[in-house]
Amino acid sequence: MSGRILAALAGQPNCGKSTVFNMLTGARQHVANFPGVTVEKKSGHFRLAGRSAELVDLPGAYSISSYSPEERVTRDFLLFDHPRVVVNVVDASNLRRHLCLTVELLELEANVVVHLNMMDVAARRGQQLDAAVLSQRLGVPVSSGVGHKGQGRAGLMEVMARAVDEPAKDEPFRVDYGPLEPRIKAVADVLAEGGDLGVPRRWLALRLLEGDGEARRFTQEVFFDPVRLAAVVAGQQAAFRESAGESAAAFAALARRRLARTLAAAATLKSAGPEKTRTDAIDDFVCHKYFGPVILVAVLFVLYEISITFGEMLTEDYTRPLLEAVKSVVVGLLPPEGMLEDPILRSLGLWFVDSINELLGYVPVFFMLFFCVSFLEDSGYMPRMAFILDRLFRSYGLHGQSTMPMVLAGVYLGGCCVPGVMACKAIPDDKSRLATILIIPLMNCLAKAPLYLLLVGAFFPHNAAAAMFFISTVTLFMALPMARVLSSTLLAGLDNAPFIMEMPPYHMPTLGNMLTRSLGKVGFFIQKILTVVTAIAVIVFVLLQFPGISRDHKAAYQARLDAARENLDRTLAGSPFAPLLAGDNVLEFIRYKTAYQSAREAGEDAGAQAAADGRFQKENPGYFALVAPDAGTAAKAILAEADAFAQSRDAITGEMRRERLEASFLGILGRGLEPVTRFAGFNWRINASLLSAFAAKESAVATLGALYRLEAGDGQSLETALRQGETDFTSLNALALMLFMALYPPCVSTSMTIKVQTGQSRWMAVAILYPMALGLVVASAVFSGGRFLGVDGNTAMWGFYALAVAATLVAGFLPHRPRSVLPATPVCDSLQKA
Amino acid sequence: MDAYGEKVDAEGRVHLGAMRPGARCTVSRVGCEGCLAQRLGDLGLVPGEEVLVMRNAPLRDPIEIKVGGFLVSLRRCEASLVEVVAA
Repeated sequence: MSGRILAALAGQPNCGKSTVFNMLTGARQHVANFPGVTVEKKSGHFRLAGRSAELVDLPGAYSISSYSPEERVTRDFLLFDHPRVVVNVVDASNLRRHLCLTVELLELEANVVVHLNMMDVAARRGQQLDAAVLSQRLGVPVSSGVGHKGQGRAGLMEVMARAVDEPAKDEPFRVDYGPLEPRIKAVADVLAEGGDLGVPRRWLALRLLEGDGEARRFTQEVFFDPVRLAAVVAGQQAAFRESAGESAAAFAALARRRLARTLAAAATLKSAGPEKTRTDAIDDFVCHKYFGPVILVAVLFVLYEISITFGEMLTEDYTRPLLEAVKSVVVGLLPPEGMLEDPILRSLGLWFVDSINELLGYVPVFFMLFFCVSFLEDSGYMPRMAFILDRLFRSYGLHGQSTMPMVLAGVYLGGCCVPGVMACKAIPDDKSRLATILIIPLMNCLAKAPLYLLLVGAFFPHNAAAAMFFISTVTLFMALPMARVLSSTLLAGLDNAPFIMEMPPYHMPTLGNMLTRSLGKVGFFIQKILTVVTAIAVIVFVLLQFPGISRDHKAAYQARLDAARENLDRTLAGSPFAPLLAGDNVLEFIRYKTAYQSAREAGEDAGAQAAADGRFQKENPGYFALVAPDAGTAAKAILAEADAFAQSRDAITGEMRRERLEASFLGILGRGLEPVTRFAGFNWRINASLLSAFAAKESAVATLGALYRLEAGDGQSLETALRQGETDFTSLNALALMLFMALYPPCVSTSMTIKVQTGQSRWMAVAILYPMALGLVVASAVFSGGRFLGVDGNTAMWGFYALAVAATLVAGFLPHRPRSVLPATPVCDSLQKA
Repeated sequence: MDAYGEKVDAEGRVHLGAMRPGARCTVSRVGCEGCLAQRLGDLGLVPGEEVLVMRNAPLRDPIEIKVGGFLVSLRRCEASLVEVVAA
């Protein structure tokens, strides 16, 4: 048979499926979503017995019911995509539970091969398994290995190749359901009247009897008389319940589990001793009443230190210089700068490179973050974290598993919402997952830091550390009450899933797996930047540049520049240096002079300065004669004139840029918003920079810089420029601005990730709109309230802190619903009703 | 269904949510259906299975149990639906 062989990998969570996937396909992986759901579909290619094969990694599912999207995806893929072979990965150390899925796969009449993974764990626990017995009892080939060590690849390939060529079995595997059998037959007989429905008939009959909603919907679509079928099913269900005293669903599930238990017992030559495992011993500490929380905080602290502090160091030392080098190459390719204004291609090119570089600079931080998280995930610590914190988070409508996303997004200061939102996938409960995703933008991502640092430096210089502590921690006290509000309003209609979670045995993650995963995620991030973020950068550029300055004004600026130029030319007239500085050459000279001066300043001793001299003399002897320390008086005079020209040019172009910004769409928008933002203490400039921050929050500082530094000149720091540029801008304004930034809507990349993770634009819109409203309310309340009370920024800061902490406490103690007999959670409530 | 907090009924039947750490018991009945029953069963909580209560979380909820040689954590609320016979 020709064509590509489609193979699938199925298994329960924690069976080491992804290590087997990596072992078979290597690095050739492709990640996408299954159609219509947010479940990740990972596929890869490999050669199977000389033929090309595609391997699809199905999501981990405990069974093939239709209760979770993972289970539905697995079931639909097996039923309707008809993989030629299904590799069922089984945790050898926990056969009893994992064989439940095997039984269900066989009932689906899939072409199954069983792969016993994690043989090393089983061996360590003293278990001995007999693969031959298992193979004989199940009627399918069985291979074994240790996925994370790459052992067992050849054996697995061999049984897969054999299974692909084998014709379908005459006698499919059957579970004996005893008293339920006649009922199954009755339903199957009715189904037989409909001919071939495309799925195994016995399986469908059984599912209908078990009351499976998806199966019922399926028959309504494909069966010619669904009404009669439904009546027969209902009749048989009632009759069975009458005679057996329990529902067909409970009976069938138990029958399968009993069979799995029998199979496991038969295949086990020697079972594990009852002694305490290594995992139990570790859990004694890690989940301990007092040590547990301490260890948790320590783990988070180390994670933070490694990824943020160390990642930032890598960024400063390696990535930024590298990106600067790339930028200078690009700049060399762009048209040269103009005397009065740059050609549009140049300014767009520069803007473009700066925008991308700003974000690419964080790649090491992301990589370290992802790497650390892979370590925590693979080691098995994540569920322990959820175990320790679940009670606390539940009070706010969140979940134990909400911890990691919040840490990634920056629960203190420094993180990124993109990996944070991505990590929300692990939360098994729809309601808590959405609540977590929606509060993630309120965390302090790294991109908010520059504005905080700027404002704290400018307005809270005497208690900078306290102010940074305030803004880093107050966000959590705004996010938790917000989560509580969201889950009892917008998200109130969603169901809570039960919190039942396996605590997998601890094991040492392998470097290869961690690298593959973290590189994959970084790749995803870079891809996002190169597409969405660049598109937005161009839009913001247009908003900043157009409609531009009127022709008259431009002519006036040109006239001023010409006048300055004439001054220079008069001094130059007749001098031997005249040709060196003719026309646009003067710009080149200014660049040369600036570079030379900074090289001299950087040189620490006379030797280094002499070396710089030599270098610059070699580069351009003509210019060097002008700038050299031992230049003649004529040269000195010309240098002074050139300096004066450079200064007037800076002033003129700066003024022009400022006018352009004021007249730009963004400037107009900023002014238009002033009546609203007045209460929060934001003027049009702040508005314009906040608007430009939507693409990436770092832009806020860049735009503010562009707005203020222009007036102040190059010599001053932005902090000073900001203080002097706005005489009526007080620490109260700064506080309001900081709080607004803390509650700023998610950036474009985060918004896109939210859309991908929730599968709905609706939630993306909510995630963008509510922080904006909340931010405006909080900032206005703090600014106007502070002004009314006549307090300064510092007092208002701690007053607000107290309020936020109080709100958090109140939200935590507020009961979710009227208390019922059982401790109230929605699951129990709905059960009691049923 | 037993109310949370009621420890033992006449036949010595209790629910898992009321068991103390260190207690050994056997599942006798799972008092729910549908999704929750499926989940409990997926992780081994089926009649006849032996359960060892390992510990409480630092804030007393959820609890960690050992069933079928493996560790599972669940909230007290869900655990209270699992009827057990103390061993």
